[in-house]
Amino acid sequence: METHSVHNCINGWTMTIRLAKMIINLRKILTFGVSSDKLAAMIGIRTLGELALGHIRRMGVMGLFFFMAVLYLITPPLKFMRLLKQIRFVGLHSVLVIILTGGFSGMVLGFQGYYSLNRFGSDAFLGPMVGLALIKELGPVITALMVTGRAGSAIAAEIGIMRISEQIDALELMGLNPYRYLVVPNLLAAMISLPFLTAIFDVMGILGGYLIGGKLLGVGSGVYFGEMANYVKIDDVLEGVYKSFSFGIIIAWVCCYKGYYAGVFSGFGSEGVSKATTQAVVLSSVLILVWDYFMTSVLF
Amino acid sequence: MIEINDLHRSFAGNEVLKGISLKIARGQILCLIGGSGCGKSVLLKHVVGLMKPESGRVLIDGENMSTAKGSGLRALRSRLGYLFQGGALFDSLNILENVAFPLKEKTRLSEELVQSRALKELDNVGLSGSEYKYPSQLSGGMVKRAALARALVMEPEIMLFDEPTTGLDPVTGHSILTLIDSCHKRLSFTGIIVTHEIPNVFSIVDRVAMLHEGKVLGEGTPPEFMSLENPTIREFVGGYGWEKQWEKTNEEI
Repeated sequence: METHSVHNCINGWTMTIRLAKMIINLRKILTFGVSSDKLAAMIGIRTLGELALGHIRRMGVMGLFFFMAVLYLITPPLKFMRLLKQIRFVGLHSVLVIILTGGFSGMVLGFQGYYSLNRFGSDAFLGPMVGLALIKELGPVITALMVTGRAGSAIAAEIGIMRISEQIDALELMGLNPYRYLVVPNLLAAMISLPFLTAIFDVMGILGGYLIGGKLLGVGSGVYFGEMANYVKIDDVLEGVYKSFSFGIIIAWVCCYKGYYAGVFSGFGSEGVSKATTQAVVLSSVLILVWDYFMTSVLF
Repeated sequence: MIEINDLHRSFAGNEVLKGISLKIARGQILCLIGGSGCGKSVLLKHVVGLMKPESGRVLIDGENMSTAKGSGLRALRSRLGYLFQGGALFDSLNILENVAFPLKEKTRLSEELVQSRALKELDNVGLSGSEYKYPSQLSGGMVKRAALARALVMEPEIMLFDEPTTGLDPVTGHSILTLIDSCHKRLSFTGIIVTHEIPNVFSIVDRVAMLHEGKVLGEGTPPEFMSLENPTIREFVGGYGWEKQWEKTNEEI
């Protein structure tokens, strides 16, 4: 019995080897005698090339999307009611979350700044430190990241659902331009809302810093605000405004683009929309931080 | 009115349309039938310019839809109405706002006139009383009716129907076809209906064409089509007992 099973096993093994040889020979015939190593390398290079071309193509489509959005932004007519609706959604509805995050960011800065400066006996500079950190850097960046998470994801999902349920096709077939209805209002709303939201974040942060540094840890209000007024210049404020304005463009551009091409570049159906939304948030956040570094290091 | 000349289109190496040629005279309705995946919806999307062919062209009153761009394309599309398979109603607007949307955006009618025309169109499709409901609150048949009202509110010269009865029960499906017929009598549009509702649809269309493997397999008036001897057509028409139904319908007439 045992001998029989060993015999069967050897037979099976021989058959497997024969089959493998047949496959190799067949592949050699099909690939005109190219060896398997070379074939693997060729497939690898081709895959890499396809990936690279795919990425370049998507970047091109994304660039073209931005160009079209700007073109329809600067040419009338503007869908004014739709713009107001989006300003309410992107701007007004984000105020509460910005007040909260701004206040707590300022309070953390107040604590950390005070204990760091106190070591060098420079706690009088808590005001300028909190003010500059918020106005130049943290205000625009954290506001943009919060708006991306709150409004950007919703924009991408809304446009994505409109794409997969053929609502964008319906707009086109009515002879209407989807960019004017879906992209331009979001782009303008983000460009207008972001600087205001950043200003609210900065004010709340400065007040939060004062609450901790001034009221809790004993830095006088005259010192806190007086030194801040001495060291924070109008250029610093403008830097924050420029940054928040450009972050608004990035959020609207990326989120609208990802939603608009949901189901084309990001899988199909509801899975396509969920992927598009995730990609919109991740890409916006990364671009915000990269662009922030670029602006800080090159432009200022 | 609509002329499709030698239309070719492939997706990822798979040729879906292999030289489609069809003509639809003004005021006539063509019924497109064929198995799933034979390219019926793709053909419709080429007619409205949502897809561009690799070769061939679609002419609407002599104007080439396949190469039209910008304002020319929008002007051509303004003459079209399209009933999407899923309705494609704007889900953030109620039914009345959906129907009024093209009027608000494409005409300079006063708000009162826009409302009254939208309400009248909703009445025509039997949706009076549901004006303030949202698409997600409607049944499949009601969504199709609302989408039909939105497509017809601009009184288009050409109407395209992408499977208007798919997913509906037979009674509702039949009522949608009757509605299409009454709208056709009222507006005299030129139309294409993609459907599997055979032979019921034959009573409201002027011609029937069957697509198979990317080509037009047979075409003619409903009686001509039913008498075609092509084995694939016979199999398609006879396979589901439609042939017997057609004979019964004819006898009843």
